[in-house]
Formats: sequence, structure tokens, C-alpha cells
Amino acid sequence: MQMKEHKPLIVAFCCNWCSYAGADLAGNNRLNYPAEVKVIRVPCSCRVNPMFVLRAFQRGADGVIICGCHPGDCHYVSGNYYTRRRMAMLFSMLDYLGIEKERTRIEWVSAAEGAKFAATMNDFVETVAKLGENKRLEDLRCK
Amino acid sequence: MQRIGVFVCWCGSNIAGTVDVKAVAEALKNEPGVVFSTNYQYMCSQAGQDMIKAAIAGHKLGGIVVCSCSPRMHEATFRKTASQAGINPYMVEIANIREQCSWVHKDMATGTEKAIILGKAAVAKVNLNTPLTPGESPVTKRALVIGGGIAGIQTALDIADAGFPVDIVETKPTIGGKMAQLDKTFPTLDCAACILTPKMVEVAQHENIRIFSYSEVSEIKGFVGNFDVTIKRKARYVKEDICTGCGACVEKCPMKKIPNEFNLGMDNRSAVYIPFAQAVPKVATIDPNACNMLKNGRCGICAKVCTAGAIDYTQKDEYIEEKYGAIVAATGFNPISMDKFDEFAYSQSKDVITSLEFERLTNAAGPTAGKLLRPSDGKHPHTIVFVQCVGSRCSACTEKGKEYCSKICCMYTAKHAMLTRDKYPDTEVYVFYIDVRTPGKNFDEFYRRAVEEYGVNYIKGMVGKVTPEGSKLKVQASDLIANKQLHIDADLVVLAAAIEPDKSARPLATMLTASMDTNDFFTEAHPKLRPVESPTAGVFLSGTCQGPKDIPETVSQAGAAASKVIGLLAKDKLTGNPCIAKSDEWMCNGCSSCGKVCAYGAITYEEKEFRLPDRTTKIRRVASVNPAVCQGCGACTVTCPSGAMDLNGFTTTQIMAEVDAICK
Amino acid sequence: MNNKNLREEVLRISGVNPKKCMRCGKCSATCPAYDEMEYHPHQFVYMVESGDISSLLDSESLYRCLSCFACIDRCPRNVEPAKLVEAIRLSKIRKQGANHMTANDVPALLDEDMPQQAIVSAFRKYSK
Repeated sequence: MQMKEHKPLIVAFCCNWCSYAGADLAGNNRLNYPAEVKVIRVPCSCRVNPMFVLRAFQRGADGVIICGCHPGDCHYVSGNYYTRRRMAMLFSMLDYLGIEKERTRIEWVSAAEGAKFAATMNDFVETVAKLGENKRLEDLRCK
Repeated sequence: MQRIGVFVCWCGSNIAGTVDVKAVAEALKNEPGVVFSTNYQYMCSQAGQDMIKAAIAGHKLGGIVVCSCSPRMHEATFRKTASQAGINPYMVEIANIREQCSWVHKDMATGTEKAIILGKAAVAKVNLNTPLTPGESPVTKRALVIGGGIAGIQTALDIADAGFPVDIVETKPTIGGKMAQLDKTFPTLDCAACILTPKMVEVAQHENIRIFSYSEVSEIKGFVGNFDVTIKRKARYVKEDICTGCGACVEKCPMKKIPNEFNLGMDNRSAVYIPFAQAVPKVATIDPNACNMLKNGRCGICAKVCTAGAIDYTQKDEYIEEKYGAIVAATGFNPISMDKFDEFAYSQSKDVITSLEFERLTNAAGPTAGKLLRPSDGKHPHTIVFVQCVGSRCSACTEKGKEYCSKICCMYTAKHAMLTRDKYPDTEVYVFYIDVRTPGKNFDEFYRRAVEEYGVNYIKGMVGKVTPEGSKLKVQASDLIANKQLHIDADLVVLAAAIEPDKSARPLATMLTASMDTNDFFTEAHPKLRPVESPTAGVFLSGTCQGPKDIPETVSQAGAAASKVIGLLAKDKLTGNPCIAKSDEWMCNGCSSCGKVCAYGAITYEEKEFRLPDRTTKIRRVASVNPAVCQGCGACTVTCPSGAMDLNGFTTTQIMAEVDAICK
Repeated sequence: MNNKNLREEVLRISGVNPKKCMRCGKCSATCPAYDEMEYHPHQFVYMVESGDISSLLDSESLYRCLSCFACIDRCPRNVEPAKLVEAIRLSKIRKQGANHMTANDVPALLDEDMPQQAIVSAFRKYSK
């Protein structure tokens, strides 16, 4: 009997100005990445409340990635710096709770980096797939 | 719950090739709130848009979801369609099933599955959308330029020429700034005064420009389009409107030993003074710290000799309030203090001078009437050593130097060296450099001319020590190419001091809530694409207050800042972006966390009276977001510990709903 | 020890990052012992950066440096050349088994101004 291959569920938060545009560019250039990645558009990566990340894991996401403008290039001057600091805290706490560090990631993708977006997503999905299903924070009541 | 319509676009075969659009439309039909769902080949076409409008009317839709290309492409189109059909444009959500689905996935099954999920997320979001209306605010059609140097002058002239009134505030008694102190300008060597003073006169005579000289900005309130500014007009003890600038008082004033700031203290002025002959406004000013009459009431000669009767010893500082639509910072620069560079003996010898002092020494209107003479003994210097990068590119000690390159020193040193060799060919000139940085039109040619045609000795290396010995200055330096230590007996040493932003920039930035970098230069809204705007709306940057730059660059930036100001003032009303932060006053506890992370200074705090259920009232401090200033990044929403702050269009519940829909 | 390890050792002992140097030469301009040296302060920095430590180890320049720290004081980039010189001196001493001074060398070093104690301590420090 063959085990059914686990398809990880990835939630990607992309800032409107750089990374979402980078994701669009990946599409324009037809650069494939797994369909497991679902993008949520936010105005700036600093709009991502740690609650959103927790909620995603609670509802069964296997990995969460946050993409923003490169440091110094934030459309809102300093938003991505806040993201970096907030998420550094959150990710290390999640790691403590048993959500492996590999399941969470921050990546800077500019509007010109369609190829980087696709490569990042391919790599991230592959990494998370290796870890298998995320059970640690899953809320069974949501099932 | 909304009544939602779903419109799935084929985009020809762009979407339909990898996504089963009919299945998507069918699947979304069962989502909560969805009352209508359809698909069409080209939703963005006129026929597609008409279909949307008809469905809105026919099914009394309150919100729509368009599953199509990226919202960056057609969100605006569908918002317009919705508003034409009579629903609020912010009740539209786009599910990006082209760029982020059909184009990146090859398999029909996975593509369709993902498209359905993206559609569900959009439906979940629309269910929580609320109609939004952009705020409007009026624009005061008057600009304020802070700083009257070449940057401020050019900005003011350009704005005034476009027909808008401009006020210039300058702390010195005259406009003109640093450029007025310069002798010649690189690389064309035209005289600074010859090109600057006509502009100063133009400013004075321009019907749209008012000059507040000897004045400071003391308070700024308000926001883009509506700034309330208080300007402090310092008492100059001379009635500006009556004084003719004849100079009789200056001549007769008995206090003649006051160091002259305009010549950097290299000669003296009187207690009542006009900084220089072409000053604008050409009006005398009494220095209250030097005038005997003001200090102890004994003198009054100037009042006696003034035939116009302009002297007024009783004058007081005056505060005027004015409204502005836009503010331009043009506060300029100063050379850094040489106090901490004792190795160059700046404080020990009068013959060690800064480059700005050298400008005054060679200027025909300067302390030596343009003759290059040593400040100590008035003799002609035969050997001159120029030292570059004094305090620039210095990361060792922030007290001492600046880490950045001051940009202009290489060129003005080449100019000084060239002019010296041109006027006094018997002078030996050495320039010690680390790198010669001359990018710019005709700049490198200029530097090479100094070397090749004028015989300036450029030596790769640095001066380590200057020791005054008798009438000579012993200069110890390294020649890195010859690998030698050099000892030069110099008559004059000129230090290319680093430049730093004027000290008034920091308090001004605080008043404007404009951001600054660690060097106190104003930060631009975007380093490449919005170089003349501050992140704070309505505040613009001109000249060296934003970073070191030479005159041509300053003038072009001044023009750019002016065009941005004109663009703002030309509007009668400012329409904001409705997707901005809002604070729930009942939940806010006034902790100030949000204000600290706001890059735009959009959040203020006010004491507000609340009626409690037991009919008592309580005054609490709560945050309030200025809709004209907020840009909608959402940094504050995450910072808020009580969850009072939320972002219109991207509310916490909306994004949570999207997460839930995706993870279902 | 090969050159790379030597370089690492010198960098570790000194705590200096020679990459910070912008090659202005102010250290050499300021050095009072410049003319006595074969390799000058700015060359110390450059040679350590490029890994040419062995030339420095064998050079008399090591002992011409007065450790006055003028170069450290004046360096605009906080590179601290004198610390490099001191680190190279230390790594020379730390070379196990090397005999830098034999009893036979001592008479040649004697002169009227040299305190005897200095000779004795140098002998202790530099001989096996």
C-alpha cells in the first residue's frame, strides 16, 4: 500500500508594493511554483499581525511565509523593519512551541524579482513538505 | 451578510486554459452570501462590465468578487464599474486567478482547486467589507520655504512663477546662504555672486514672494494642505520697511570690533551691520549682544545719524501666524567644527583654515579684498597644502567626523588649487587626497586640468600632522605611491572640512514630524523614486538638508521640489485614500504605542470625554488618526496592544477570514 | 604554520579588521618612526589583509614601532594599525621552538645606553 503524498498548505502574506508585484511578475514570466502556495495581499508586510500566523497554523496551515520589500526599500519607509523584528520574536516563540523554524520564513522580494519569488516558493514548499503535516497548533475543533 | 455576485473571467484562454472557470463559478455559488455567480470570456471588456452592472441591478448585489487577473491590473476598472452601478467601489474584491494561479500552474485540476480557494477567500473578505469614502480636505494655496539659500531661493522662485504665493523664512539678516559666501563656482568658474545676486533681487521684487529674514519657524501644526505655522520675527531694532540700507549707521557705529560671521570671523564688523553689499533685504540689523545702547543705554549714535528714522531700540520679537498648504525644508549645511582635529593645528595657527575661509580669502568682497594673504601676517603664501577628507569618510568617532563622503570637497579643492596657480604661478600647491571623486558633467576634465595645465601637485596620501614652527607650518604627510613620508614647510594649510546639516534641521524635523537619518539629513519618501518628498505628506526637501550636493544638483532638486509643491497647490481639494487606519476610541487606552511606529506622524492623542453607562462622564486620552496624513501601511494596527487600531480595507477580521477560507 | 593560519592568528590576537581600511595613509603620515621602518603602518594593514605575514615577521620594522598609538588615534576608519604590529610581535614570540636570540648575540647588542636589565629580559623573552 502506498501512502498518499502529503501536500503541504502554505499561506504567503505579500506586501502590495513589492512582493505581490513580484508574484505577479512570476506569473507574467510563467515561472511555475506549487499550487499549495496561497497568497494573501496586505498593504505592507508590517500589516501582518502575529495573530494571522497563529491562526493559519491553528487552521491547519503547514507553513507561513511573509514577503516584503527589501530593507530600505519599504514603500512605507520603515514597515518591513517592524515586520522583521516582530517575526523574529514570533518565529522563535513558535519554535519553542514546536512549530519548526523551517515552517516560518521571511523573505524580501522586490517587484522585479519574479524569479526569486518562484524560487523561494519552490524551496519553501519543498522544505515544509519534508517536515510533513503540522499537527502542533492545529485546532481540532476547526475540523 | 452581503448579497454577493461572483464573476469569473476566462481572460480568453489565459485563465480558462488551466482553470475550469465554469467549475469555479459553480463552486462559489454555495459560499455564504453569494446570490449570483457567472463566468464570461473577458470581464474587463465593455460587455463584461455591462454584465456586472446588470447583475448588480438585477440581483440587488451589495458586493462583488471578480476572479480575474491581478488587482494591480484591473482593480481600479472594476471599482469604477461598481460605482457606476451604484454600489460603493470598495465593495469589490479581486481573486487573482491569472498571475498567481493559471499562469504558474500547469495542471487543470490543481489550477481549478486553487482558483476556487482564492475565490472563497475573496468572498469571505467581501462579506466583511464596508463602504468606504475617501476623506477630503481643502488646500491653502500658499507655500512656506524654510531657508533662504540657493535651494530655498530657487524653490520659491519656481513656485512663485507658477502663480502661488510663497514665504521664505531665513534666520540670517539676509538671504543668499552659503552660495553668497563663495568666490567662484566649479567647473565653469563663473563668480557665485554674479549668478546668485540677480536671483536674490528677483526674489525681493517678486510679487508672490515675501521674505521673512532674521526670522525662525517656532511652531508648526496641521497637516498636508493645512499647516498652521508660527514664525518668530526676531527684533532687528531697525524698521525694515523704512530702512533704506544707506549704511550711515554702520559707518558711525563705535562698536567696530565684532567678529564678522559673513567672513567667518576673519575680519570685524560693527554692532549695527549689513552682512554684505548685495544683501536682500538690504536693511541694517543691530546685534543686541554687541550694541551699547541695547546693553546699557549709552550710545544711540545710529538713531541720530539715520535720516530715515528707521532705528527703533524698543522693538520686540514678533510672532506671526500664517497658513500654508505645503512646506519646503531648505535648511542647508555647515562645515563641521575643526575643534576635534588638533593634529592639523587648526586652533593653534591662524594659517590653518577651512575651505570656506579660503573662499572668503579669495573673494573680492572678502576680508583681503580678494588678495590671497595669510591671516596671521598678511603675507603672500608661497606653499599651500590642501588636505581633503577632513572629517568626511570618518567612521572612527562620530563626535569627530562623518561617515559619509561630503561630495563637494574634491571639486572645490581642485578649483581652489587651480585658481591659486592661475593667479599666483609662483605658489607651490599640494593636494593630499585619498580618492579623487569627480563624477559629474565636466568635473573630471576640470580636475585633470588642475593637474595637467596648472601644475597642481596631487599626492595620494594623507596629512598626519601639522606643527606650527615660527612663521611656517611643518606638514608631515604620507605619499603612498612613492611609499615615502613627506615633510613640507607650508605657509598655508587648507582643510576640506566635511559638511553637516544645519543645526536647525533636527528641531525642524521634530516640528514637521518628518523623518531624519542618523546624520540628521532629512529622509526622502523613496530614495530613488521620490527624492524630493519627505515621507510626511506636504513636506518637501530642497538642497543639502537632504544630503550633500553641489550647486547644480541643489538647483535641480529645488526645481523638482517646487514642481511637487505646485502640483499640490494646484489642487482645490485633496482626496485621500480611504484605506487608512482607524482607532476604536472605546478600546484605545492612550498608550502611545501606535504613534511611535507611525512613519508619517499621522497619529495624535487627544483628551476626550466619554459618557459611561452609569451616566457619569470620564475624560480619557485616545489616539486619533489624521486621514489626510495616514498612508495606510498598518504598522500601528499590529503594534496596538488592545486591538483598538484597525485598517480600513484590510481589517483584522477580513484578513483572518481570508486565512480561514484558505486553510479550510 | 601556513600564511592563511598566520593571518587568522594575527587577526584573532589583534581584533583588527583590515578590510575597514580605505587606504588613506594617515597612519603612515602620522608615524614618528616612519623613516626607521622598512614596512610602514599602512603597509602592515595592507600586507595583513593580503596575507603576506611572513615578510612582516622577518622584518625589523616590527621593533621600530614605538607603540605610541598615534596611528590608532588618527585613523579615520578605526583600523588600529598598532594593534596589528603588536599582534605580529606576539605571534613571532609564540612560535614554539624558535630561538630568536642566543647568548652569542648579546655582546653585539651592548652599548653604553642600553640598560643591562633590558638585555636580560630580552634574552629571557626571545630565547628558548
